[in-house]
Amino acid sequence: MTTATVTTAHEDILGQLAAWREAGKKCAVATVVETWGSAPRPAGSQLGIDETGAIIGSVSGGCVEGAVVQEALEAMQDGKPRLLEFGVSNSEAWEVGLACGGKIRIFVEQVE
Amino acid sequence: MDRALLAQLNADRAAKVPVAVATNLKSGAQTLLYLYGKRGANGWPNQVAERARAVLVADKAETVETEDGPVFLNPFNPPLRLIAVGAVHITQALAPMASLAGYAVTVVDPRRTFATESRFPDVVLSNAWPDEAMAGLKPDLRTAVVTLTHDPKLDDPALDAALKSDAFYIGSLGSKKTHNARLERLRRAGFSDNELARIHGPVGLSIGAKSPAEIAISILAQMTQALRQEAA
Repeated sequence: MTTATVTTAHEDILGQLAAWREAGKKCAVATVVETWGSAPRPAGSQLGIDETGAIIGSVSGGCVEGAVVQEALEAMQDGKPRLLEFGVSNSEAWEVGLACGGKIRIFVEQVE
Repeated sequence: MDRALLAQLNADRAAKVPVAVATNLKSGAQTLLYLYGKRGANGWPNQVAERARAVLVADKAETVETEDGPVFLNPFNPPLRLIAVGAVHITQALAPMASLAGYAVTVVDPRRTFATESRFPDVVLSNAWPDEAMAGLKPDLRTAVVTLTHDPKLDDPALDAALKSDAFYIGSLGSKKTHNARLERLRRAGFSDNELARIHGPVGLSIGAKSPAEIAISILAQMTQALRQEAA
């Protein structure tokens, strides 16, 4: 399994974040910072979220994005970064989890 | 993430400057670190700047444990490039596929009937001769070069330039017989067998590809293998 950062040319997440701020919208970015086992997206993968819940990019195969968006919306309110962990072991606590059996840690921060 | 840092990061990406974002996962503090020089490293533990360089070279994110807490290093390298010589049918499939996989694609073909915008929408086209085109494009460590014309007049000058570059992948379309004749010509031009071993020929992974699109898949798969597996 490769863990290199892969971003496609068609998904300019950082450009979209700048455009959202330019338009006066609050936004946040979530970044996969660590993976264990067969995690769907490698470390460095990013998801951009705006204040309406619109998203660009991905941090998993769609398994945890919903929960990440919730945390991102809260980060936009209180301005505090958060470190989230998802995996099979604590899937009940989060009510979401990775079907693939991997584990990931995701850093969520507001774009000031 | 600070808005000024995001703006600088986007400016660096637009200017194709390799840059790593360092994030202290405890405090949320961030800085930008570069391949060369100490810019941005002020106030950060020494090993962070050192590892940032390694992260950029390997194009692979990692977390460094420091006395100030864990620091995540995320590399943002300029896009991969594909230089395809020959605006042929296979290239019409390979160019959009490679673009989806994150490559900035340039198609080189001096034959103007082949290299037209209607055949290659959204692709950078060059009508220069391959030796001139390659001199301008300067293939580097993040560049793949594929020749697809079968015509020695066009393929050989491109291969000559590719072999003298750091291109991570060199592929050349043609049957075993065509390829052997090609290797013989390049040998006469002064390349050693070791150097010539860099050329993937006949090009592509052996997956029984028949149609132009299938051949494009086999080429892109082999490029991916060279990028991700052989380098690892």
